[in-house]
Amino acid sequence: MSRWTSLVGTAVLGLSVLPAVASAQERIQDTTERKQALKVWGAQFEEFEYRYSDDDEELGVWSGDFFYGTDELKGRWLTKGEYSIEEQAYEKLENQLVAQTPVSDFFDAKAGLRFDTPEGPDRTYAVLGITGLAPHWFEIDANLYVSKDGDTSAELDAEYELLLSNHWILAAALDASVAFSEDREIGVGKGLVSTETGIRLSYDLIDRSFSPYVGVVHERKYGDTADFAKAEGGNVEDWFAVVGARLSF
Amino acid sequence: MRANLPVMALGLLLPVMGLAGEYNLTVDKVEIDTGNFEKAGIGYNGKSPGPVLRFKEGEEVEINVTNNLDEMTSIHWHGLILPFSQDGVPGISFPGIQPGETFTYKFPVVQAGTYWFHSHSGFQEPDGAYGAIVIEPEGREPFRYNREYVIQLTDKHPHSGNRIMRNLKMMPDYYNREQQTVGEFFSDVSKNGFMNTMSDRLAWGDMRMMKADVEDLQGFTALINGKGPEQNWTGIFEPGERIRLRFINSSAMTYFDVRIPGLNMTVVQADGNNVQPVNVDEFRIGVAETYDVIVRPRDEQAYTIFAESMGRSGYARATLAPEEGMTAPVPGLREPARLTMADMGGMHGMDHSDMSGMDQSNVEGMDHSSMAGMDHGSMVMSEGGASDPFYAQGSGLVPTAANGGKFLSYADLKAQKPLYDEREPTREIELRLTGNMERYTWSINGVKYEDADPIRLQYGERVRFKFVNETMMTHPMHLHGMWSIVDVGADQWNPVKHTVSVQPGTTVYMETEVDAPGQWAFHCHLSYHAAAGMFRKVIVEGGPETKQAAAEGAISEEGGDV
Repeated sequence: MSRWTSLVGTAVLGLSVLPAVASAQERIQDTTERKQALKVWGAQFEEFEYRYSDDDEELGVWSGDFFYGTDELKGRWLTKGEYSIEEQAYEKLENQLVAQTPVSDFFDAKAGLRFDTPEGPDRTYAVLGITGLAPHWFEIDANLYVSKDGDTSAELDAEYELLLSNHWILAAALDASVAFSEDREIGVGKGLVSTETGIRLSYDLIDRSFSPYVGVVHERKYGDTADFAKAEGGNVEDWFAVVGARLSF
Repeated sequence: MRANLPVMALGLLLPVMGLAGEYNLTVDKVEIDTGNFEKAGIGYNGKSPGPVLRFKEGEEVEINVTNNLDEMTSIHWHGLILPFSQDGVPGISFPGIQPGETFTYKFPVVQAGTYWFHSHSGFQEPDGAYGAIVIEPEGREPFRYNREYVIQLTDKHPHSGNRIMRNLKMMPDYYNREQQTVGEFFSDVSKNGFMNTMSDRLAWGDMRMMKADVEDLQGFTALINGKGPEQNWTGIFEPGERIRLRFINSSAMTYFDVRIPGLNMTVVQADGNNVQPVNVDEFRIGVAETYDVIVRPRDEQAYTIFAESMGRSGYARATLAPEEGMTAPVPGLREPARLTMADMGGMHGMDHSDMSGMDQSNVEGMDHSSMAGMDHGSMVMSEGGASDPFYAQGSGLVPTAANGGKFLSYADLKAQKPLYDEREPTREIELRLTGNMERYTWSINGVKYEDADPIRLQYGERVRFKFVNETMMTHPMHLHGMWSIVDVGADQWNPVKHTVSVQPGTTVYMETEVDAPGQWAFHCHLSYHAAAGMFRKVIVEGGPETKQAAAEGAISEEGGDV
């Protein structure tokens, strides 16, 4: 019995010492990717569309973003624009670079800069905002802007998706902007500036990465902003038929 | 003991004598054809799944693994009890296998049963890097059979693992096509009334939770032994034979409900360990679990092995038949399951005062600690209906057998022969399974692996782990290197497993004899949950000198309990 035991002991020792020699010399620390914060990138276009107005105006419009980062900190480039096909000019061209970090289970705070470079006067703003999912599945994006000249304004985007089926989706979106001070040069009056309401019916054609849609968009200006627009011969209210696609990759 | 020692000694001496079992595996880029689509993947010896490795209990194996990929790889021997340096988890057991390198795993085989192996690097496992292990026992088995087949289930997705992870992070419902629609609202209204349906939707909307969050990943083709439903893997039998089917769930993300219409199945093994035979019509196999069942088809006809995903978004299908080419009808998928408020027990961000729909007494009833004193007869639900002590009472996930018969529960699993002496646990460690579906973050006790300290155990302890599932998803928790004794209320007959499924809204206990020094991985076996942070390193300190020597050098990190 004891002979067997010592034999086993020797064998076990012999076998285990070999790997031990190797492992004893280096600490095994987990330096694999698993132990690092997961870095993710993505790109999404909520809107990428052609608009045709009741005034025969034609626009190319997009609203999208690119992000890179971890759960704790993401960098995000948001881009929005309206390109007038007839005038071959950007009526609106807005880019934001923000850093984004979670502040609650469902909301992120973001801070950064916004550059407006349409045809006409440029503007640069500081941005402070929150984005996330409100109860009952409303996607909310609310921002406060302060321009270089101290003009402040706020913008609220809300979106809701209704699943007609698991591929047919009816999305309702509301954008509203409010200015706390007048910026005459860019036609913004104090108070409620404008709203854009849209309803789009989409179909997820390729996963969720390509979803063509058709829809209707209503734009309206209010108060002084409406008066400024009228004074310059512009419209206070526009209806658009839209066709486009939601993209993500 | 007297019989064991010479065998052990022989086993240990075999390598010296050059008589050890030697195996060669190459890790290769492969093409995977599911019948629905073809994709590039990773396999072993040129195919996915890789070969079935057949070991013999008591044998000393040497496995030469050659990495033909252009990235690092690793192989983890899932469920095998071995020295930690051979466990194959990069960053925990060893540095990994570099491109072009051949790494030789060497360990004694000290157990028998059905197991599997897979890569523990990146998303190579979802991409196809898995194979089966069958270990023949030294002695006689307590059941007889005439032939056996490995039935390895997988969920092959057209997207690569990396892309799936990214999409889930970007849109957590990217792959969920079983969500509630307007149509379901109206059908619920006609079934339950407008007010009930409305308040149900409002309660869920308020929590920003989806009743449809049963499966993270849909759109896969489920395979059996690498064959899609159309390709129909077939196992041949002669009527009257007893066939042992070794079910292995090697899926990245998919639980399967398995049945063979027309045949009764006798479950004889769970996770490689013999259990007292239990006859069932259907069973649910969690990711990474194995179940061995014996079936005895008497008629000269084909039978369909039908494995439906838990979320009913896909199925694997194979056939048992007296001759090649015969088929049997393939059942349709059942209605997708919907979670209930019971599955949300203790949910993060949940305001309990709002939960008018939920009976709080049910939540208390979920604590399985009370099961210890329970009469087992009453645990096997007599109504034959939707009840199982391992699901939250009133859970929407409770499985039922398609033919109205017996559906296997953990509560039915009793060890054939206890592996360990019964003794009191030395301490309890609570592990809350946590996450946030909207952010697709998964964690333990609210901490992701990247921020977590290791769990420290002392050699010789018997630790009682308390899993509290605070998420709405089922998590198959897998501890490497040591056995997990699931508390089903059967004391010394509690079944011994390597992977323990914890259902939403439930508390499950398991005990571990801490008998393996070294560093081990401990994680949810859903690939994307583990990658998103539901993962821990376990350090076992102390132990006999011989065993300790192997481990010591590696255990020098700071850290505490979780």
